[in-house]
Amino acid sequence: MGIEDKLPSGVLLTSVEGLSGYMRKASFWPATFGLACCAIEMMTSGGPKYDLARFGMEVFRASPRQADLMIVAGRVSQKMAPVLRQIYDQMPNPKWVLAMGVCASSGGMFNNYAIVQGVDHVVPVDMYLPGCPPRPEMLIDAILKLHDQVQHAKLGSNRTAQIEELEGDALQALPTSEMKGLLR
Amino acid sequence: MTTTEDVYAGSTETTEGKVFTVSGQDWDQIASGLAEEAEERVVVNMGPQHPSTHGVLRLILELEGETVTEARCGIGYLHTGIEKNMEYRTWVQGTTFCTRMDYLSPFYNEATYALGVERLLDIEDQIPEKAQVMRVLLMELNRISSHLVAIATGGMEIGALTVMTIGFRERELVLDLFELITGLRMNHAFIRPGGVAQDLPVGALDEIRGFVALMKKRLPEYAALCNANPIFKARLEGIGQLDLDGCLALGITGPVLRSTGYPWDLRKSSPYCGYEDYDFDVQTWDTCDSYGRFRIRLAEMWESLRLVEQAAERLAHLEGAPVMVADKKIAWPSQLAIGSDGMGNSLDHIRHIMGESMEALIHHFKLVTEGFRVPPGQAYVPVESPRGELGAHVVSDGGTRPFRAHFRDPSFTNLQATSVMSEGGMVADVIVAIASIDPVMGGVDR
Amino acid sequence: MSDEDRAPEQPAIEQSPENLPAPPGEISERGRRTGMFGASGTGDTSGYGGLVAPVIFPGTAQRPFGGWYDEVADALDTLIADVVIHRGEITFHVQREHLLEVAGKLRDDPALRFELCSGVSGVHYPDDRGRELHAVYHLTSMTYNRRIRVEVSVPDSDPHIPSLVPIYPTNDWHERETFDMFGIVFDGHPALTRILMPDDWPGHPQRKDYPLGGIPVEYKGGSIPPPDQRRSYT
Repeated sequence: MGIEDKLPSGVLLTSVEGLSGYMRKASFWPATFGLACCAIEMMTSGGPKYDLARFGMEVFRASPRQADLMIVAGRVSQKMAPVLRQIYDQMPNPKWVLAMGVCASSGGMFNNYAIVQGVDHVVPVDMYLPGCPPRPEMLIDAILKLHDQVQHAKLGSNRTAQIEELEGDALQALPTSEMKGLLR
Repeated sequence: MTTTEDVYAGSTETTEGKVFTVSGQDWDQIASGLAEEAEERVVVNMGPQHPSTHGVLRLILELEGETVTEARCGIGYLHTGIEKNMEYRTWVQGTTFCTRMDYLSPFYNEATYALGVERLLDIEDQIPEKAQVMRVLLMELNRISSHLVAIATGGMEIGALTVMTIGFRERELVLDLFELITGLRMNHAFIRPGGVAQDLPVGALDEIRGFVALMKKRLPEYAALCNANPIFKARLEGIGQLDLDGCLALGITGPVLRSTGYPWDLRKSSPYCGYEDYDFDVQTWDTCDSYGRFRIRLAEMWESLRLVEQAAERLAHLEGAPVMVADKKIAWPSQLAIGSDGMGNSLDHIRHIMGESMEALIHHFKLVTEGFRVPPGQAYVPVESPRGELGAHVVSDGGTRPFRAHFRDPSFTNLQATSVMSEGGMVADVIVAIASIDPVMGGVDR
Repeated sequence: MSDEDRAPEQPAIEQSPENLPAPPGEISERGRRTGMFGASGTGDTSGYGGLVAPVIFPGTAQRPFGGWYDEVADALDTLIADVVIHRGEITFHVQREHLLEVAGKLRDDPALRFELCSGVSGVHYPDDRGRELHAVYHLTSMTYNRRIRVEVSVPDSDPHIPSLVPIYPTNDWHERETFDMFGIVFDGHPALTRILMPDDWPGHPQRKDYPLGGIPVEYKGGSIPPPDQRRSYT
């Protein structure tokens, strides 16, 4: 039983990245940033039926200083945006942001004076989750995809190399406004 | 004083004197410096990001030790401009917007808006009976789910985490029913001017009856867990006192008003949607405190179960009845069904409008793109939402868009009582008082 | 309840709101509608571009109003400027100079007892010259189970209304919101500041001359303008 019996001669080989990725994703504490309707669905996914505790995430840390993940759940108004940025700045590295719902991803159905059209205007976002509001299963799916990202995150010089590669790609990529003729 | 590079720490001179921002680990330095200052006012900012303030509510508390000397609310952190957005959409599209205001009781937002529009259209007595019964059914189910969240989050805020888990467990049952009937768990744009969007699906009545039977076994759990619990009582009794004079002066309605003993319920005093034909009681308590409001919410859930049972009874006799007003120039035209690629207009309906009836095609096209026109005037039809009197002041200028749709939200008015309830008490009691008001910030800020 | 504004009986199927005759009594015109659909200029290919129709709101009601309406109207007597009864709801139009007195009477008179004020709602009629900003108060008498509406109109150039907070304290935040959204200044309010928008926000968002805001949505070469700038069919 257990991992010790499966290991040949009791030795496990892994990489530092693999181990740190596993540690980070398995105990990935969200910060409470529930704003509107999506917050209720977020609370429901912490509830009994769609249990986030099985991923080690049922402790929603009230203090951003103790949190890894900020799930921006709900519409961010102009008045709330500086608060959002302040909470993000108070989170220690490494940190990730999940924009939950269409209002957080892009302003949603509220294309008006009062709502920030996507929290990526204010904080860098790692995962966008559409839905109005997204079902708890959709939220868990997004969280698991984010776990995947965290698990395979690179460290140290590998990370710097990856950043350079991504930047190079991004600088040469076709901007979305130039992608013509494909409105499907 | 501290010398630090933290952008958010340090001190600033303001018109109120020196204001210190404390960010941690430097409390001793600042506090010892402060002890020499003559006037010390500790202003603590709770929120807008806070686990216990029911959403993005900012509380500015002036403390003297543990006692709150002044409490003010800062709201507006969730202002979405929904009312202005509604002025750029047709009357039926307005339903999708107003449903997201008070997001814990979406059917009530839709109902008050639809009732206001129907009054302006003068079709109030032409709404089919099945639509009215379905509205009552959905509203009462919504009341149950909203009170469950109120009790669950209230419990969580005072540390009773089991109440949170069982509250959300029961709420899932209600949301399953919503999904079965309307297609969505939250923010359904279902109650529309003229009736409701869709008929009850097959098997819905059995599910509803099963739900009622199950809830009758589950609701006593909350009473058993909380009612006589000494910690619960110690934290809730005597907290957030607001007597009848205070309630009336501040315009408070809902469970807070009923906790003073005054049985004011819009379902009884100015019935809508056929509430006069249902048998239910108005729940009151006479202690004017948070404990009374909690007991009222529990009792109202029982009453709502009774109403759901009665509504299901009636629906059993209304098989095949229409759910939209008969006037084809107003009734939402589409008949929805699940197809191979999800929910959309049923093939029968498409065959009808494309092959059989030109008028139906014209009505469908005009009503969906342009919408119906509402005669000029204004109307205000309030409903009894789980939080109090929710009313939509709807103004029409004869066009296809609302000229002005203003929602009188109960949470907005009820939150004004925060200062009255909290000043003189302790910081922990502020949380309990606000939880007993049960504000939903989406409704407060709209 | 007054039945004066009910149309002659027609079967429900044939009766449409746009075909109803105008309500009896004087008409109250607030603005005109040009064209048939929302399009204007060269975008208007409907052929109805020259159509000009007045927007007619329900007019003054004639005495006797019926039911308890007369009682309330008599108690207020010379203080009211106009009475409108539409769809079973009565609206008292009051000049701002008389507003405090009217509210005091409505609350304190034992025969009236309108204890609950459901807040202020602001409406901006840009075409109703001289009376652009309306503040609408909904009052409920819990003792007698009655509802009335009190409406005050003020011009854009002088948007001051006396505050009802001394009489109905519940209007505190409602008046702040109406100030924030419309710019109506309530004289005598204890602390009239912005409540929903940030404190330093310029302009009053829910006025008709304030744009909806919003940005065009781009998707793969296509761009959809925000709702207030789109081609509309309504």
